[in-house]
Amino acid sequence: MGAAPQTHSQFYDSLKRYYTFYAGGFVAFVVVVGVLEQMGVPNKILGYIFLFATIMLYAGIGFMSKTTDVGEYYVAGRRVPALFNGMATGADWMSAASFIGLAGTLYLSGFDGLAFVLGWTGGYCLVALLLAPYLRKFGQFTIPDFLGARYGGHLPRFIGVVAAVICSFTYVIAQIYGVGIITSRFTGLEFQVGVFVGLAGILVCSFLGGMKAVTWTQVAQYIILILAYMIPVVWLSVKHTGIPIPQIVAYTQALPKITALEKELNDKTTPKGAKEESVRAIFRERAAAADAKLKGLESGGAAFLAAEKQKLLKKVNALRDAEPPTDPREMYSAEKALKAFPADVTAAKKVWTAEKAVGARAAPIRAHAEAFAATGDTPEELEKNRRIAKKNFLALIMCLMVGTAALPHILMRYYTTPSVHETRVSVFWSLFFIFLLYFTAPALAILAKYEVYSSLVGSSFASLPAWVSNWAAVDKTLMSIADVNKDGIVQLAEIVIGNDLIVLATPEIAGLPYVISGLVAAGGLAAALSTADGLLLTIANAVGHDVYYMMIDPNASTMRRLAVSKGLLLLVALLAAYVTSLKPGDILSLVGAAFSLGASAFFPALVAGVFWKRANYFGAVLGMLLGMGVCSYYMYLTYPFFGVNAPKWWDIDPISAGTFGVPAGFLGMIIGSLLTRAPSKEIQDLVDNVRYPSLGGANSVGSSGR
Amino acid sequence: MKLTERHKQYWSINLRITAVLLAIWFVATFVMGWYARELNEISFIGPLGFYMSAQGSLVIYVAIIWYYAHYMNDLDKEYDVHEGNLD
Repeated sequence: MGAAPQTHSQFYDSLKRYYTFYAGGFVAFVVVVGVLEQMGVPNKILGYIFLFATIMLYAGIGFMSKTTDVGEYYVAGRRVPALFNGMATGADWMSAASFIGLAGTLYLSGFDGLAFVLGWTGGYCLVALLLAPYLRKFGQFTIPDFLGARYGGHLPRFIGVVAAVICSFTYVIAQIYGVGIITSRFTGLEFQVGVFVGLAGILVCSFLGGMKAVTWTQVAQYIILILAYMIPVVWLSVKHTGIPIPQIVAYTQALPKITALEKELNDKTTPKGAKEESVRAIFRERAAAADAKLKGLESGGAAFLAAEKQKLLKKVNALRDAEPPTDPREMYSAEKALKAFPADVTAAKKVWTAEKAVGARAAPIRAHAEAFAATGDTPEELEKNRRIAKKNFLALIMCLMVGTAALPHILMRYYTTPSVHETRVSVFWSLFFIFLLYFTAPALAILAKYEVYSSLVGSSFASLPAWVSNWAAVDKTLMSIADVNKDGIVQLAEIVIGNDLIVLATPEIAGLPYVISGLVAAGGLAAALSTADGLLLTIANAVGHDVYYMMIDPNASTMRRLAVSKGLLLLVALLAAYVTSLKPGDILSLVGAAFSLGASAFFPALVAGVFWKRANYFGAVLGMLLGMGVCSYYMYLTYPFFGVNAPKWWDIDPISAGTFGVPAGFLGMIIGSLLTRAPSKEIQDLVDNVRYPSLGGANSVGSSGR
Repeated sequence: MKLTERHKQYWSINLRITAVLLAIWFVATFVMGWYARELNEISFIGPLGFYMSAQGSLVIYVAIIWYYAHYMNDLDKEYDVHEGNLD
C-alpha cells in the first residue's frame, strides 16, 4: 500500500483513512448479510458468504502488497507505525485457542484458568522492558539473526533456528486445525477440505508479500476479530442487566448470584441441591460398578472377563424370553451393551477405566471465584493439594509469560517499526489491543455461567432453550445433556459443556440473529489465519534466511533469496496442512508446551545478549542446549503422550516444564560464559550499540539493516 | 566506540527504571497470585483475589508498558541518544 515516497506522518494518515474506511465497510457488509438473513436466505449460505468474503478480502490485501524487495518481504520495509504494528501483533498473538477456547476454559476451571489470562498478557511486560527496543535497534530480519551476530559462529544461530521451527510448527498445526474446525462447522465442508481452503487464504497472503502483506492483513484481521468478540458479549450483558459494560457487570452483578447458586446447588437440604445429589449418586454408583469390574479383572483376568460376558448374555436372553415382552428400548440397550462388550483384557481395562472416570461428575461444584480449589479426605491432604494447585498456577503463569517473551513470531514483529521509540510505543499498543479481548473473556465466562445456572438448570427437558438443543445436536463434545435421574428437569450435573461452546454459542444465548454467529465464525477464522500467517513466515524465514542465506550461500542474489524463502513457505504450509488433516490429537496436547520450550531455549540467550556483556559464544550454546534439553527431557518424562509417566518433580505439571528449563538455560549461560574468554571488542561494541537508540547524536535514524 | 559518562548514566537510569517496573510486575503477578485465597476474603468489585487476576493485574501491565515507553522516550531526549525525526 502507498508505494509512492511518503513521509511517515503522511503514511500514517493514509493508513488511518484506509482502515477507518475498511472497518466501516465491514460493518456495512455485516448489515447487508443481516438483511439477507431477514429475507430468508438459509444459514448455510450465510456461512459461505462470511467464509469466502473474508478470505477473498485477506487475499486481496495480500495481492496488493506483493513485493520483491528483501526489506519489504522480511520486515515490511520497517515503516509500520506503532498503532498498526500493535494491531498486527494483537492478531498475530491471539490464536484460535484464545478466541474460541479461552472463555470456555475460564468457564470450566474458574479462577485457576486465569493463569492463561495473566500469562498471555503479562509476558508483554518482559517483551517491552527486556527485549523489543533492543532487538529493534539491532535491526536485522529474524531472531536467530540476533543470536548469530551477538554470539558469533553458526552454532547459536543454528540452535535458534531449530528451536524456532519446533515451537512454531506445533503451534501452526493448532491454528490450521482451528481453521478446519470453523470452516467445517459453519459451511458443512469436510474438515480436510476446510483445512485446504483456509490454507489457500494464508498462502495468497504471505506468499506474495511476506511480512508486508502479513502485516496489513493482520491489521484487517484484528479489526474483524475484536468486533466479533465484543458485539455478542456486550449484547449478552445488556440482556442480563441493561448495562453494556460486561467487564463490570459480570463482577458486580452476575458473580454474587453465581456464588449464591453454587451454594444452593451444593447444599443437599435445599430442593435443588437434593436433585443434584440424586444425579451425583447415580454417577457414584456407575463409577463404583466400573471400579468393581476393574478389580475383578485384575484378580481374575480373562476368566473374569468371560464370566462377565456370560452374565450379560444371560440377561439379554432373559429379557428376550420375558413375559410380558420387555420394553423394546431396554432390549435394544442391553443388546448394544453385549455387542460393545470388550474383546480382551486390555480393551476391557480401557473401557472400564473410562467408565470409572464418570465418578468425576459426582463431585460438588467448585466455586467459580475460589482460588486453588482442591479436594482431600483429611485437612492435611486438602492443604497439600491446595499447595500443589497454587504452585502449578504460578509455574504456569511464569512459563507462559517467559514463553511470550521468547516466541520468535511475536518478537519478529518489533523489527518492523520505524524506530526504537516507535517500538516501545508499539508494545504498549500491542498489549492494549490484546488486553481488550483478554479482560473480556473472564467476564464472558461469568455471564455464560450465570445463564446456565439460572435459566438452564431447573428448566424442563421437554422445553430446552433453543441454543442447547441446537448445539447438542451438532456436536456431543461441545454440549451433551441427558436426563440421568429421569425426573424431566435439568440438573447441573447432567450437563457437560466443551471448551469451545461458550464463545460459539454466545450469540444464540444472547438471542442474536444468525448473522452474528457468522461474524463470530469469521472472527475465529481471522484469529487462526493471522496467527498461522505469522508462524509460517517465521519458519520459512528461519530456514530461508538463517540457514540458506547466512550459512549456506551468503552470495545468493536477492531474487534467489526470496525465491528460496517463498518456496520454503509453500513447502512448510503444505506439510503443516497435511499433518493437520490427519487430525493429530496427540500433537494438539503439546501446544501449550511450545511456550515452555521457547522460553527455555530463547529467553536466557536473548536477555543475557543485551544485559550481560560478558555472555559469550560458549555460554549461549551451553545455555540454549541445557535449557532446551532439560525442558524436553522433563516433558518426555511426564507427558502422557510419550508413555513414560515418570513421577513429577515437585509436582510440577508437564505444561510448565519451563520452570526447570529456564533456570537451567540461565545456569548454562553463566557457567559457559565464565569458564571461557570474554567476547571480542567488536561484539561488546555491538551490545553498546543495541543499548542506545542512537549513539551518533540526534541526526541518525535507527539502523536500517542490510 | 567510546561511551561517555553521560551514556553510562543513561544506561544505569534505564536499568533502574526497568528493575522498578519489573518489581511492580512481579508483585502484580506472583505476590497477588500467591495470596489469592487471602485476597478473596476482601470484597472489591467481587472477591479481590479473583478480580485482580481477571482484570486488575492486566490493567497494571498495560500501565507499566505505557509508563516505560513515555519515560524512556523522554530520557532519550534528555541524554541526547534519541533518534532523528522520522519525517
